[in-house]
Amino acid sequence: MDDKENFARPLLETRGLSRAFGAGNRVVRAVQDVDLAVYPGEVLGLVGESGSGKSTIGRLVLRLIEPSAGDIVFEGESIAGISERKLKPFRRKAQMVFQDPFASLNPRLDVEAIIGEALDAHGLYRGARRRARIGDLLEMVGLPASAMGRYPHEFSGGQRQRIGIARALAVEPKLIVADEPVSALDVSVQAQVLNLMQELRHRLGLAMILISHDLDVVELMSDRIAVLYLGRIMEQGPAADIVAAPRHPYTRALIAASPKADPDATRVPVALTGELPSPLSPPSGCVFRTRCPHAQAVCADQVPVLRGEGAHRFACHFDLAPQSLG
Amino acid sequence: MAASLSSVMPATGAALFFRRLFRRKLVLAAAIILLIAIVAALFAALITPFDPGAMRVARRLRAPDGVNWFGTDELGRDVFSRIIWGGRASLGIGAAVVIFSVSIGGLLGLLAGYFRRLDAVIMRIVDALMALPDILLAIFLVAVLGASAFNVILALAIVYTPRVIRVVRASTLVVRELPFVEAARALGVSLHRILFVHVLLNVASPILVQATFIFAYAVLAEAGLSFLGAGVPPDIPTWGTMIASGQQYADRAFWVVLFPGLAIVLVALSLQILGDGLRDMLDPKLRKAL
Repeated sequence: MDDKENFARPLLETRGLSRAFGAGNRVVRAVQDVDLAVYPGEVLGLVGESGSGKSTIGRLVLRLIEPSAGDIVFEGESIAGISERKLKPFRRKAQMVFQDPFASLNPRLDVEAIIGEALDAHGLYRGARRRARIGDLLEMVGLPASAMGRYPHEFSGGQRQRIGIARALAVEPKLIVADEPVSALDVSVQAQVLNLMQELRHRLGLAMILISHDLDVVELMSDRIAVLYLGRIMEQGPAADIVAAPRHPYTRALIAASPKADPDATRVPVALTGELPSPLSPPSGCVFRTRCPHAQAVCADQVPVLRGEGAHRFACHFDLAPQSLG
Repeated sequence: MAASLSSVMPATGAALFFRRLFRRKLVLAAAIILLIAIVAALFAALITPFDPGAMRVARRLRAPDGVNWFGTDELGRDVFSRIIWGGRASLGIGAAVVIFSVSIGGLLGLLAGYFRRLDAVIMRIVDALMALPDILLAIFLVAVLGASAFNVILALAIVYTPRVIRVVRASTLVVRELPFVEAARALGVSLHRILFVHVLLNVASPILVQATFIFAYAVLAEAGLSFLGAGVPPDIPTWGTMIASGQQYADRAFWVVLFPGLAIVLVALSLQILGDGLRDMLDPKLRKAL
């Protein structure tokens, strides 16, 4: 990991990325001051509750929505302010896999048209090679090439998600943003789709931003994890470190809340009290303080900055005793 | 999300769609009546026993008999032949109004629904037009433009275009937020293709339903305008002009107004029933109740 930090240039980097929705005194700061980096070939997991801004970050880095402030750098070049026309080469390099397998495919188009559109948009595989390429892509995601003549409603949720993955891969991207890619699927199908994504990313050397509320999914798939709460990063670092030795009270609560298969596991549940505060009026200082068991007066006054050793960083005023979990 | 998606798109094959649609006998009857009316209008010259303009003063205001099936009017013209030819004009005007208002209203509705800035401008104009009563606005427009078949079409198109804009805009607002539109944007698909393939294909159902209703309104409105003398000139037989010129003889020869009246009612009612049937089919929440 340190090697990567030292020698590799990030594929994608955000600096002070922020996005506010609304106007006047009804402003939701969905994402605030987020600094992230994704290195070539790695999986960055974004975890957090609904409303934590993780999906907004995914759409911001793909320029599907515009940032209010901050910069997005892809392969060393800023893509934050540039026109859609100039963005076209980036559109080929970064793709998205969506949560809802039913709504993410146009019900009026057949699979050939859905995947072919990706090729056409970038002038790839014209003419006779187009059908062959679409067939190859379908086989790559575990569907028969004959699926191309069928319509989305003829497929199951898991199969549709495979079609969505094939569409994203059609333009040979370097980065995939996967927004809750399995949360809409049956549990039995989730593992199949996750395995497929894992296999494809190794085979194609893809970098991925994996957005999920499910810590287990993120832990399984990710090299590094960023934990989000009310639009801010609470903690980030190598996946193994985050899960084994979380430093932020929110991360600890998340891990404690996630069910484990081991019935003998003795884990002290960290009770999170209260509701997620309204993002219209987030708490002063540390946004987590209203639900934090360790909150002190300083938490209301000062916004904690990310700190820590090496790659593992957390945003808390206190050095909580390293807690051995599990 | 899933509910809002399926309300704008049915995912069934064409054959299954029609079998379901016509399972209701009333809808089937309406479709058959419309089919007959359209075929009769298209092949008017082959069907009609008399020239619709041929006057035979000796046989004026004759009651229906074996020669003149629907009787004759005040100038001895065959009412049956005039109804068939009049249907050609009435249905033709209705169809032209539908084509005008659906194509222009569809385009403006798409733009209003997709681009927030255009939305404010377009919808204020729509609101202003919709605030005026249909027939008054149409009379005003025909009065300004002059009475001719084309101006009636133009006036009615202006009257009904705002309805199409409303419906298309509302559906577009739903569809534009769906992930497949986002996926197309992420792929760098052109705006042109997003609007006219992704969005338009998925708002086609409400447009189709609206088109049948507008067809019915247009047939009625044309008849109303012609009856009031603000429509098609009386020398062109339409169902409206037939009633208008026949009204003063209605006490002596009811058939002069009864049959064109029946034609209007049958066609307008059939279009409404078909429109209702289509709407029920295309809205899965209603479909379940059937």
